Amino acid sequence: MASLALGACAPKKPPVARPLPPPPPPTTQEAPPPPPPAPVAERPVVTPLPIAEDPMTSRSVDELNRDSPMRVAYFGYDSAELSAEARAALDANAAILKKYPTWTVTVEGHCDERGTAEYNLALGERRAVAAQSYMVALGIPASRVKIVSYGKEFPFDPGHDDAAWTKNRRAHFVITGK
Amino acid sequence: MPTKRLLSFAIVALAASAALRARPAVPAPPAPQSPQQSEVILSISGEPGARPRYAVPDFIARGGDAETQAAARLMGAVLWDDLAFERELYMVPRDTYRTIPAARSFAEIPFDRWRELGVDGLVMGSVERTAPGTFRVEVRLYDVRTRRSVMAKEYTGTTANPRLYAHTASDDIHLQQRALRGAARSKLTFSSDRDGERVANAIVDRDVKEIYISDYDGANQKRVTVTRKLNIFPRWAPDARAIAYTSYRRDFPDVYISLIYQGTLENPTGGRGQNWLPAWSPDGTRLCFTSTRDGNSELYLMNRDGSNIVRLTNNPAIDTSPTWSPGGTQIAFTSDRSGAPQIYIIDADGLNLNKITSESWCDRPTWSPAPFNEIAYASRTGPGYDIRIYDLATQERRQLTSGQGSNESPAYAPNGRHVAFMSTRTGKKQIFVMGRDGLGLKQITTAGNNYTPDWSK
Repeated sequence: MASLALGACAPKKPPVARPLPPPPPPTTQEAPPPPPPAPVAERPVVTPLPIAEDPMTSRSVDELNRDSPMRVAYFGYDSAELSAEARAALDANAAILKKYPTWTVTVEGHCDERGTAEYNLALGERRAVAAQSYMVALGIPASRVKIVSYGKEFPFDPGHDDAAWTKNRRAHFVITGK
Repeated sequence: MPTKRLLSFAIVALAASAALRARPAVPAPPAPQSPQQSEVILSISGEPGARPRYAVPDFIARGGDAETQAAARLMGAVLWDDLAFERELYMVPRDTYRTIPAARSFAEIPFDRWRELGVDGLVMGSVERTAPGTFRVEVRLYDVRTRRSVMAKEYTGTTANPRLYAHTASDDIHLQQRALRGAARSKLTFSSDRDGERVANAIVDRDVKEIYISDYDGANQKRVTVTRKLNIFPRWAPDARAIAYTSYRRDFPDVYISLIYQGTLENPTGGRGQNWLPAWSPDGTRLCFTSTRDGNSELYLMNRDGSNIVRLTNNPAIDTSPTWSPGGTQIAFTSDRSGAPQIYIIDADGLNLNKITSESWCDRPTWSPAPFNEIAYASRTGPGYDIRIYDLATQERRQLTSGQGSNESPAYAPNGRHVAFMSTRTGKKQIFVMGRDGLGLKQITTAGNNYTPDWSK
């Protein structure tokens, strides 16, 4: 898509000076089909890469978090133990942090509403620490993985059933710098 | 012109009972009568075995202006509520004496009519605006049988908060008649999302929670913090002039103290580690709080200014949610060192650990003030929690709520006779108060969600 948009931009620019508006629009509409097949060979692949292949680098921190590449690790009731699924999520997150060595994250520890607000702040902290320790064990420097607990103050799902609670007992990764 | 007439009127009224002036304003100058000894002797009693029956008609408005008249009506109603709150007196319902003609002065009280209603103690008051923005309020308590005034008080102050006159009179009446420290002038604090504001500079769209205060009866609710961040677990300083709480104003939990009368802020922990749930020592000089500065949730003590930090617990489990004993020698807290969260007691020097609960999930212990020696806490009893009280002398437990919604975060009134707590019984999270016997439930908040109350000392 990005390369298409770029391709469309290039011919569009001259018309801005208003010499001949009619020709370019048709070309942009018809152009899309041809370009992909045409430059498909091996050589052009190298050039588009830095621009098109990795949207992560061009997106702001806010944009990244809005549609985050980081996965959420979920926990059991009153537990900070990492399940196989949680470890898989953290493995994926560690891989992303290795790929983008300048990124820093904050791991938010959250709880479901069934615990008390007071104790849950410590429980959420324990979950954040569990996720942070695992990331450090995978080779991510602790300085890149900050932690904070929100207890049960910010549920992901406002519901009052098992499905909601399962989603709320979590270590949520927020990208804070890149 | 009307003020002149009012003043002379007041002087006449004052002369009629010189005893009145003696107590609150000037202590030394002796009144012509003998007010001091009469106070001790003249306590109003009811029928044998029954609480004395009290009535509080509208106060007399000395002056025709609407503000004074409204204040006179309000003070009577609030005083009735205040006196009813402690349940030491039987308060005759106000609508039963609407037929008794309103007295225009203390000299023309129809005692016969009050006696017909079976009233033992009659509280009469008057309000007068003595200067712009100033009320002078007289309150007298009459023994209806003897037709004598057994207590007379005069208060002068701002017209801004008429309720405070009623609260003060209530506390004076309870003290004089029942040797009881009333709670009418105490205050509540809690955390609320009522303003629907969103967390500032946040990546994820979230509700803020700010610290609020209110009178003990829910009136005069005011916002304290304006951070647009998460602010939770407020605790009144013993002098009720400051509130310590947990704030995320720098996006991690830290201990802050708002001096509400000065409008200043202190941050004794200063961002050293992550710190939350501060609890004041009874003398206000120290705070106990939870911190992860050494790796996991432990309890620490510090001076109010953040100096002299001492670690109190040392255990890989969670230790949090501290509360001080009234003498300041012990601390009760929550720990999951034995599995589920339970309540423990430890000496303030870190010795003599004692577990006092073995239930499904217990948290937020709150030590009662003397003379009661008990700890209130939230205990999981089903899908939610109920307020339980553990009596340290008898080691017996009693339960104040019974499964209507979830009931959490108990906090004692300064006299130990009432408990404020959060309940979901009406849907959202709201603050309620009730007696330490579980009776007399009263809802304090209605706007938004409101949590983690504390009651001024």
